[in-house]
Amino acid sequence: MAVISFTLNGQTQTVDAVPDMPLLWLLRDTLALTGTKYGCGIAQCGACTVHIDGAPVRSCVIPIAGIEGKKITTIEGLSSPIAQSVQRAWLESDVPQCGYCQSGQIMSATALLAQKSQPTDADIDSAMNGNICRCGTYQAIREAIHRAADYVATNEKDGGVA
Amino acid sequence: MNTVLPFKIDRRRFLKASTITAGGFMLGTAWLPDLLAQPPRAPAPLRPDAFIHIGTDDVVTLIIHKPEVGQGTETSVAMLLAEELECDWSKVRTEFAPIDAAYGAMQGSVGSSGIRTSYDPMRRTGAAARMMLIQAAATQWGIDPVRCRAESSMVIDTETNNSLSYGSLAEAAALLEVPSDIVLKDPSQYRLLGKPMLRRDAPAKINGTATYGIDMNLPGMVYAVVARTPVPGGTLLSFDATASKAVPGVRDVFEIPQGVVVVADNTWAAISGRRVLEMQWDAGENATLSSVGISQRLAELVAQPGVVALDEGDANTVASNTAKTFEATYEVPYLAHAPMEPQNSVALVTADSCEIWTGTQMPGVAHLTAVQTSGLQPAQVKINTLYSGGGFGSRGGGPVVEESIEVAKKMLGTPVKLVWSREDDMLYDRYRPASVVHFKAGIDANGMPVSWTGRVSCSSFAGLRDGIDREAVAGLAEIPYEFAHKHFEYQEPGIKVATNYWRSVGHSQNTFFTESFIDELAGQANKDPVALRRELLANQPRMLGVLNLAAEKAGWDTPLPVGRFRGIAVVNCFGSYNAQVAEISLEQGEVRVHRVICAIDCGTVVNPAGVIQQAQSAIVYGLSAALRGSITFENGRVQQTNFHQYEPLRMKEMPVVEVHMVASNEVPTGIGEIATPAIAPAVTNAIFSATGNRIRKLPISLALAT
Repeated sequence: MAVISFTLNGQTQTVDAVPDMPLLWLLRDTLALTGTKYGCGIAQCGACTVHIDGAPVRSCVIPIAGIEGKKITTIEGLSSPIAQSVQRAWLESDVPQCGYCQSGQIMSATALLAQKSQPTDADIDSAMNGNICRCGTYQAIREAIHRAADYVATNEKDGGVA
Repeated sequence: MNTVLPFKIDRRRFLKASTITAGGFMLGTAWLPDLLAQPPRAPAPLRPDAFIHIGTDDVVTLIIHKPEVGQGTETSVAMLLAEELECDWSKVRTEFAPIDAAYGAMQGSVGSSGIRTSYDPMRRTGAAARMMLIQAAATQWGIDPVRCRAESSMVIDTETNNSLSYGSLAEAAALLEVPSDIVLKDPSQYRLLGKPMLRRDAPAKINGTATYGIDMNLPGMVYAVVARTPVPGGTLLSFDATASKAVPGVRDVFEIPQGVVVVADNTWAAISGRRVLEMQWDAGENATLSSVGISQRLAELVAQPGVVALDEGDANTVASNTAKTFEATYEVPYLAHAPMEPQNSVALVTADSCEIWTGTQMPGVAHLTAVQTSGLQPAQVKINTLYSGGGFGSRGGGPVVEESIEVAKKMLGTPVKLVWSREDDMLYDRYRPASVVHFKAGIDANGMPVSWTGRVSCSSFAGLRDGIDREAVAGLAEIPYEFAHKHFEYQEPGIKVATNYWRSVGHSQNTFFTESFIDELAGQANKDPVALRRELLANQPRMLGVLNLAAEKAGWDTPLPVGRFRGIAVVNCFGSYNAQVAEISLEQGEVRVHRVICAIDCGTVVNPAGVIQQAQSAIVYGLSAALRGSITFENGRVQQTNFHQYEPLRMKEMPVVEVHMVASNEVPTGIGEIATPAIAPAVTNAIFSATGNRIRKLPISLALAT
């Protein structure tokens, strides 16, 4: 067992856990943050995507030994203006079906827009290719990301927050 | 005018309503047809308890008897009830139904049956409640109910504009007799039906708060995974749990009928404990099972006489007398369902109760499973239906529920979350069966096909009746094309691989067969593929409708840019009609699908936004399988363990999908699975157009590589 401290959704968090436990299971089973989903366990599907220091990572393959001192954001902790634009666009583009992959999709899309406020289709292809959706919502996701980019641009122009 | 219509107090009913709803009332219907039957037309007795709950606080709760596995019925069934109830949509709540006889066989999300089995019953249920609320208001005012109308959860006296809220009327309405002469709204007055409505479940699914089965959390809950025989059908000889029990967090390791279970404080500890579990298995009769052997077996059987499933005219004699014949054999592989959420179930068993929390397509089957496995009485068993992260036929309420109870039975009073890892979900799925079909057509001197003969060898997954699995021959024993002479046979190959329904069921493979063969026959006739289909579908107006719509929207008769090619396919399944045109190119030996034009006739459309979602979804599901979906066996073991070896379509590969709906007032028919079957043949027909290479064996990626 190991004592590990990190920032989780803005709050300092200290846990005493098996160091090789993937972050995914710490979040879901130990901390009851079940918005982050288990899909494959081998970083193939993206359902478990969270942000570590702002970058999208697959929490199913990140041992908690590696998160000491890091800033982790899960779907429950999304609050930035970009994230709000993404979630609003997700609703308006009617994206979710079964919805199981959507936490991961939204985490990836939010990270993309934070890095590139006006992504091209090619940018979307490469940023979102690691997130599988068995319901096939890709077309709606693409539309929603462009829509969110428009909201982000409007917000920036107005100097305000959505 | 002081007409007060008589009303009757049903003491038992009222007490029940009061107990359950604490001051509201509930209304329901016992009017539920056999699974997949056409919607009934005859009036039926409505029963007040199952679908509508109006609280004295004006909150309307609609009880949804269709589990939400992604197909959108939480929204569309609510629309049907709310439209006729005239309640305020913005204040509607939804809950998933408990197990109750009121829902009967219709409490399930299978067979694209959601809307077609709900359209009349749910509208009538909503209308009955509205009439009772109006009657209650009229009685209170001492006026004729015809003076009243309902709107936005209020009853309004049209002469005085006085109004009473549903909440204030609920208790009085609950005492009234359910009307027998239900008056439905004129469709021109619809506020919800036919309008694109956003999904009710979306807000919770974009912020992580939607609770799927795998998210269920109970105080004191333990986590369990099961080690099963690596060869399905094998038996456990012995196991040594010493190393497993030494893993931090592992609580116990013991045997259940399905294998060896590792119980732990969290999922990771359970998985880690299972990884070091030592087991000896006897592989049993499947020890030498291989995909090569299965293909050979299917090919042998398809060459031998089978059970006759269709015989009209005299196809065999005709074929032997025509100018020539054309024959072809096609094959498809096993497929896994691979929903995003692996199978799971939470069970809590005590000496006299069993409670289950799970995402399932079939809560009734889950209940039956739980009753049988727990040994308790039906009334002692409770099923809580949670959201499912996809189903596609995999969440039948059987194996994983059974396993969770087997574990929980040995830990009375402790809730157990039993989770299948992705590997478990892929290795122990019950698969869409592999299938081989052989067709033969008699062709006249003009090149036109005049007889259609075929035989399929495909493991039964829906059960045999008179030697035939009717689901396995769906779309083969009743082809839409007009032939005076048709003959079709079925062969059950006796392969010991667990099989099951898979999105669009028999049509998922059989449409690839028929639509490939008809395309080949167009070539034999020297006709355009659309032109031949039009000739052979001349008496099928709705098939022609979607065929022509898809061809028109795709610009079938106009040239494509260099390097782009088109293919078309049509299907009639679950009461609906679908045609698809796929536009492709070939790049370095791989197919790229750029655009899919999808024309759908599913009768009256309840939620057009839902139809578009389901069409896109079904196409992606079918395209994933067509391009590279394949479950194979070697020495009895499934060779694909996770998404790297069974890889669904990804964002980069997503074509633009255009969905066009035929305007229709016909009864609503299926939508959840309609667009899965046609995509594979639309793409392979396009590949033929591009290369002259006829793909007769899926998946496409393997066919193009060899």
